[in-house]
Amino acid sequence: MHRTGELYGQFQTLEQQKESSTLGMWIFLVTEVLFFGGMFCTYTINRHEYFAAFGIGSNTLDITLGTANTIVLIMSSFTMAMAVWTAQTGKKKLVPLFLILTLGLGTVFLGIKGVEYKQKFDHHLIPGRSFDVWYQVDNAKPAAEREKRQLDTEREELHKATLTDPDIQSHAQLYFSLYFAMTGLHALHMIVGAGLLLWLLKESLRGRFTPQYNTPVENIGLYWHFVDIVWIYLFPLLYLIDRHK
Amino acid sequence: MAEHSEHTEHIVSPKLYAAIFLALIVGTSLTTWAAFQDFGPFNIVIALGIATAKATLVVLYFMHARYGPRRTQLVIVCAVFWLAIMLALTLADYQTRNPRAVQLVSRTAVYSA
Repeated sequence: MHRTGELYGQFQTLEQQKESSTLGMWIFLVTEVLFFGGMFCTYTINRHEYFAAFGIGSNTLDITLGTANTIVLIMSSFTMAMAVWTAQTGKKKLVPLFLILTLGLGTVFLGIKGVEYKQKFDHHLIPGRSFDVWYQVDNAKPAAEREKRQLDTEREELHKATLTDPDIQSHAQLYFSLYFAMTGLHALHMIVGAGLLLWLLKESLRGRFTPQYNTPVENIGLYWHFVDIVWIYLFPLLYLIDRHK
Repeated sequence: MAEHSEHTEHIVSPKLYAAIFLALIVGTSLTTWAAFQDFGPFNIVIALGIATAKATLVVLYFMHARYGPRRTQLVIVCAVFWLAIMLALTLADYQTRNPRAVQLVSRTAVYSA
């Protein structure tokens, strides 16, 4: 990314310069599509093979937190789009405001993700020696009647799944390995995105982005929206696959 | 290229951004609702269909692909195409392998462990 808004020697116009830069960003995003695509492919094959275990794993995820996080991320994409708009239309004072909002929503997303990870640790759902898909059903102390009924349904589902898949313990670990790998890689992208946003914020406070030069805002925006798209697919595949039973 | 450094990029209005944002929220609610209904084998089709619709909206409007140069649009189509090749060929391979051989291998692994 060029450091200033002036025209570099190898380009004829500023527009051509910006288009070249954006094209480079898009090509990077293509490699990212294939990178995440490999994980989605692994997920599809294993879900097909161990259908029952993946259903059990998926149903342990907190749907309220998952939906909330989806909405938070969509909101952050919207504020990012608005940051691009303010830069394009020369509203210099508003650019940092929308960048801060985007950064804040991204942090909220990571925070909620952290709460979810903590829950999985407490419920012995981290792949490894202490993994126990029955732990929550056997050890939870339900406070309300509704939670008790919920646990009973989960116990029943587990019994049913064990009938079709005797080795549900190891196959459910496969689900959680993929869950942590995919959401972890996504979270890592969010953290990188947050770093990029901090840099954008610093530059925007110096008033660097104008209608003539806003390529970094546009390109980091593309990256941020891409990370949003990955989550748009992760959410139904990880959280929603087996809820209707 | 005649009028040099003339500003010709398309600027998407906040109104359109807000409309896309609302559509994405509606899509999220819809997919969460649909997950609790029993559509048999179509649950996954509906979930992925809604996800693809949402992703398309993000690419077209938030990422300005609709107003971008043809070159960028070609890059996006290529990405989807290569992803489709990777998924289709890998899944076809898994579907057409001798299933018994695969099962035997995995069982031997389980019993020897």
